[in-house]
This record gives sequence, structure tokens and C-alpha cells, in this order.
Amino acid sequence: MIKAILIFNNHGKPRLSKFYEHYSEDTEQQIIRETFHLVSKRDENVCNFLEGGMLIGGSDYRLIYRHYATLYFVFCVDSSESELGILDLIQVFVETLDKCFENVCELDLIFHVDKVHNILAEMVMGGMVLETNMNEIITQVDSQNKMEKSEQSP
Amino acid sequence: MSPSVPLQEMIRAIRSARTQCEERGVIQRECAAIRAQFRQADNGGRSHNLAKLLYVHMLGYPAHFGQMECVRMIASPRYSEKRVGYLGAMMLLDEKQDASLLITNSIKNDLAHSNQYVQSLALCTLACMGSAEMCRDLAPEIDRLLRASNSYIKKKAALCAVHIVRKVHELGELFAPAARSLLSEKNHGVLHGAVVLIIELCERNPETLERFRKTVPDLVQIMKGLVLSGYSPEHDVAGISDPFLQVSTDPWAHIDKSYLCSIIKKTKKTCTNIRDILSVVATNTDSTKTVGNAVLYETVLTVLDIKSESGLRVLAVNILGRFLLNNDRNIRYIAMTSLQKIVGTDHNAVQRHRGTIVDCLKDQDASVNRALELSLALVSASNIRSMMKELLLFLSSCPPELRAHAASGIFNAAERYAPSQRWHIDTMLHVLITAGGDVRDETVPNLIQLITNASELHCYTVHKLYRALLADISQQSLVQVACWCIGEYGDLLLRGDCQETEPVQVTEDDALDALETVLQSHMSSPATRGFALTATMKLSTRITDNVDRIRSIVSIYGSCIDVELQQRAVEYNALFKKYDHMRYAMKKSTCPQGELLLPPQQPANQVRYVDTKSRPGR
Repeated sequence: MIKAILIFNNHGKPRLSKFYEHYSEDTEQQIIRETFHLVSKRDENVCNFLEGGMLIGGSDYRLIYRHYATLYFVFCVDSSESELGILDLIQVFVETLDKCFENVCELDLIFHVDKVHNILAEMVMGGMVLETNMNEIITQVDSQNKMEKSEQSP
Repeated sequence: MSPSVPLQEMIRAIRSARTQCEERGVIQRECAAIRAQFRQADNGGRSHNLAKLLYVHMLGYPAHFGQMECVRMIASPRYSEKRVGYLGAMMLLDEKQDASLLITNSIKNDLAHSNQYVQSLALCTLACMGSAEMCRDLAPEIDRLLRASNSYIKKKAALCAVHIVRKVHELGELFAPAARSLLSEKNHGVLHGAVVLIIELCERNPETLERFRKTVPDLVQIMKGLVLSGYSPEHDVAGISDPFLQVSTDPWAHIDKSYLCSIIKKTKKTCTNIRDILSVVATNTDSTKTVGNAVLYETVLTVLDIKSESGLRVLAVNILGRFLLNNDRNIRYIAMTSLQKIVGTDHNAVQRHRGTIVDCLKDQDASVNRALELSLALVSASNIRSMMKELLLFLSSCPPELRAHAASGIFNAAERYAPSQRWHIDTMLHVLITAGGDVRDETVPNLIQLITNASELHCYTVHKLYRALLADISQQSLVQVACWCIGEYGDLLLRGDCQETEPVQVTEDDALDALETVLQSHMSSPATRGFALTATMKLSTRITDNVDRIRSIVSIYGSCIDVELQQRAVEYNALFKKYDHMRYAMKKSTCPQGELLLPPQQPANQVRYVDTKSRPGR
């Protein structure tokens, strides 16, 4: 199960935070800070897996992360998830964002956080992987956006 | 009441704030405006306000006043408002809040909505934050949706069911039949959801596990279909069908395979079909992409987990060995982790990859500490010499945080498999020279014990240690052992000839110079100085010409600031003056623990370490 999905930039500012287990608001912010602290210390040539911090559950959970330009994408998962599978999922997520936003960059995530949530909702549900086919995800997201737009125009 | 701004404007305003204080000010103004808007009757910008609030919440500011607005938005007939309302519910509400109960009815209505996207919103929210009561209320709806005709909804309903079962274990019974029938689905997304649901059901209830064990042959058939599928219209990529063993390149198929492997793992049942399928998967998966490697890895784990026969296990270990040669450090890391887990049970198979594992010691990244563990586990009587060469090489260049562990691992290995005493002593000395600062405290007495026991090697050892001492007096453990040896075997050192090493002329002055250098060096710790002082004292019985020099060294330390040293020096001085005849008792071999002096409260003229049998009467 995926416990949390976090996206933050090189300075630790959160760009997306999705928790699949309930924490208080303070704890959520602490988790983001702790995760940033753990992940930003990593060298470029070490592997992309590390143990979770104390707040997120300690050594039972792993943090699987990827660093793209100015953003860290971090998935906190337990032992039932395949690490390589999650690594691939992060790649699919970023590629999907790229397709939806056309050459996505951090600014797109900042100004369209709700859209990112919608895309993520098509990929991960309740902490479980839902869909990994990029075309399928994009089709669904496009239909939903079309529906929203048709409501707005009179 | 200031007018509220669109979401993008607010974000821009927050970003342009230069200090934390300014940011707080902007956010407070916005929140006040949002609160006011919430209190008003329905206006066009409701979804924007809630979206702004959610942004503010992500930055860490309080947003609980938006909870009721979420409830209202979810109940709205407009899709855009429902969407933001459900998102807000997932972020702001949890089972402890009362407001979450209020949305149960809305979710129920939306689950029966005609538009699949509205249904999917409801399913998503329920799977994310549904409490036990909500799950109990809505479980029959979910079961109905599992049998619906729309595969988009079915796959979401399956994962929602997983969440329900996690919250309320008894409801597993309700979903078991539907899960079973979903296994015959063609759509990969639904199949995946069904597999996850079955895994969850099996984990909760052993009876269900028994029931699903019977379906393993069907699962293997499905896997066979996935592995051997040449052409699948909706999942095809290149448009080419290959009648032979063409593994589907669709990522779904890979995930499915890995999940099916998990089921097989869980049921721990094996049969001929599984063996064939697993070996086919293992040999035919494209390992140039991450996703292919993910499947291979799951296959390997499955093989190792169920009671497979040895041929298949060797195949699995060989795949892991191949992973170790991969350029991708992540793959090397997980391969190393798995090998570590099985080195106890499949020792011989892992031994075959010893060369690769030892090569990984030269890596720079984090997998190197696993390579170290594995290498230490693979040391045996037959490979001890070559492995030790590699391990010592590693010790000289390894990262500082691993040195203590590497040193103690090397000592253990040396102790168990040393081919000869001289090799053992050489190895320990090598470690002390390379990493003396990182060894554990008991290494010094252990090494001294070892040297004491190797009586033929005393001459060789003392010469070697003397040379090491001349080269470097910064490694405390090495210096302590060297001082002890010089004190104990000083006569052998001064005699000059030694069969095992080239002879070197050491005069009494040379030996005393070396000890004095240690005594006076600022790098020596108090314990080290203690060793050196005692060794100097012991030399007084083994040399003939320079006893006066020793006496003067010892008396200098009678006024040393360090209490321990001062005490020793005073006692030794006493030995010189009043108990000169007892001094020769120091000739007897003592281990370092015997050198420890009395605790401070006892009088100084009871020198306890002297053997009572040899104490002459007064």
C-alpha cells in the first residue's frame, strides 16, 4: 500500500501532498519536512530507495523517490509494493503530466494543483495502484475535463 | 469585505510575498474573504473558493472551516463543484470528524449516478477516507458495482472493496464471490483490481485462502495467456503479432504478472504448471526496461518463496546474479538485498556469484554495505585467503561509516577460518594499521591473547610490531599492542636475529626511544601512555645498560597530571627504591588486564598484579 505521495521542490516547498492515511495537519507538515530532509541529503549516484522517517512509520516503510529538475517525487510505500514497480509508476506519472500540460515544469504544478490531483486520482486510489497505462489515464482525464467545461459554457 | 480573487491570482500573490510574515498576511486576508464567501448564498465562484482553501491547506495553514463547504459542494448537482468538494473531503475530512458522516448519503446517491465519472468520484473518496460505518453502509452498493458492466467502474469498485475489507474484515465474505468471477475479465485494469482484492481477502481470512488455493491453476492459465499472448488488440503497441513466445509489451501485463506471482507466493502452492510458467517468464522477459525487471524480480521472489525445486531456484539466483551486473544501481541494490536474504538457505548457489558480489565492493553507492554483508557471509575455509585479500583492500578505501563493521567482520572471519597463526596475526595487524581507530575495544586484549598463544611467533611478532610502531604512532590500538609486545618480548627484540623476517639491529636505546616517543606524543591517549609506561618498566628487567634511563623516565611521570599515570609511576618508583628485588616479578608474562592498577582508594604499596607465589619474603 502507498501511504503518501509527496512532491516538493529543491527547497522543501510542497507542491502536492496526498496522504492515504489520516494524519493531523501538523503531522502532515512535519512528515513533509522530514521527508525532504531525508531525500535532499541523498547523493546523485545512490539508489532511489531509502527507509522512511520516524513519523511516517520507520523502517517498515520505504521512500521511493525520483528527482526531476527542481522537483522531488516521493512515494512512501510499505513492503507489499514492488520497489521497481513504484519507480516505474513515478515515471509514468511524470510522463502523463508532461502529456497533459505540454512540457510540464514546476510552475504548471504550482498553478494547477487541482488538475494534478485529478490526474493522480486516475492512477492511485485508496493507496493502491489503479492504472498504469498512460493513454488510458489521459483519455479519462480528458473526458472529465470536457465534462467540466461543458457545464461552464451556457 | 474584500473581493476574493481567482485561484491563480492568489497563488501569484502568495509567491510574491518576500517574507514568511508577508505570506501569512496574504493568506489570512484570503482566508477571511473565503470564509465570508462561504457564508453567502450560492454564487458562481464556489468551486474556486474551495480550491483556494485547499491550496492554502497544502502549504500548512489551517483550513478546517472549509469542511462544511465540502459537504455542501459534494451535494451540488454540478460536476465541477462535486469534483472540488470530493477533493476537499479527502484532504480535510477524516473519520474522526462528524462532518464525514454527513457525506455518506451523498456518496450513496452518487454511487448510483448515471454518469460514470460521478460514480468514480464517489468510489475514490470512499476508498480514500471511508470510515468503518460508511463502509458498512455502502458495502452492498460496492458489491453491486463489482458486477456492473462498465470496466472503468469495475476496476475502481474492486480497489474500493479492498479498502472496505481493510476497515471491516467481516465484509470480506461479501466480496469473495464477485472477486472470483472478476478473474475471468479480459480488461487488464479490472483483472488487476480483482487480483489485489483476492490478495487482501486471503490475507484476512484463512478459509478464503483455502478456497482460492484451488484457483491457482486458473491463475497460472491466466499468466500463461499473458506471457504467451502474441496479439492483443486494445493493448497492442507495434501492431505486430508474433505466434511464438512474444511477451506482451503492455505495462499492464507486467503488473498483472507480478501480482499473480504474489498470489502464488501467498498460497504457497506449487505444481508443474507453475514451474513451467515461472521459468518461461524468467527467460523471456525483456529486461531492458524497468518494468520488465520488476516482473523478473517478482518472479524470482516467488520462486524463492514457494517450495520450488533446486533447478528453478538456481535459475532464480542466476537472474539475481545478472542483476548485479546491471548498470542501474537500483537493480543492483534490490538484487543484493534478495541475495542477502537467501544466502543462508541457498549458500552454494550464491557462492557461484561471489566474484560479482566482491566486485560490487568497489562501488561507490549505498549497495556497498550490503555487498559487505554478503561477502562476509560467503567467506569459507576454502576461499579465506582470496576473500581476505579483497576485504582488506576494501577496508583501505571504504567509507568511514562502514569501517567498524568491516573490521569486526574481518576479525570474525579470520578467527573462524585462519589457515595459520602467522596469517591470523598478519591479518589482524594489517587491520590495525589500516583502520585501528575504528576497531572495538576488546580487539587489543584479544590480539594480545592470540600473540601470547603463538609462542613460536613471538620473535617475528615483536619485530613486526616494532617496525609498525616506528612507522606510525597514531593508531591507538596498534600502539598499545606494540608497546605491550616490546615490554613483554623486549629481550627477543634486542637479540636481533629472527628466522621469519629480515634481521634488524635494535639497541636498548632504540627500544627506549620508541617507547618514550609514545609517552611524549600528544596523539597518545592516557590508556596508551599507561601501556607504554608499563612496557618501559618491564624492559628494566630485560635490559642491562639503561636501567638508570628507565628510572628517570618513570620518576618524571611521578608528577604527571594524569592521575592514573602518576599512580603507576609512583608505584614503579617504589619498586625501584624499596622493593627492587620484587621488580623481577615483572618478568612473568602478564596479560593486559593484570596490568590494571588498583582503584584509587587502596594504598599505593600493594602492587596486586605480582604473583604471590613469587613474592620473596621480607
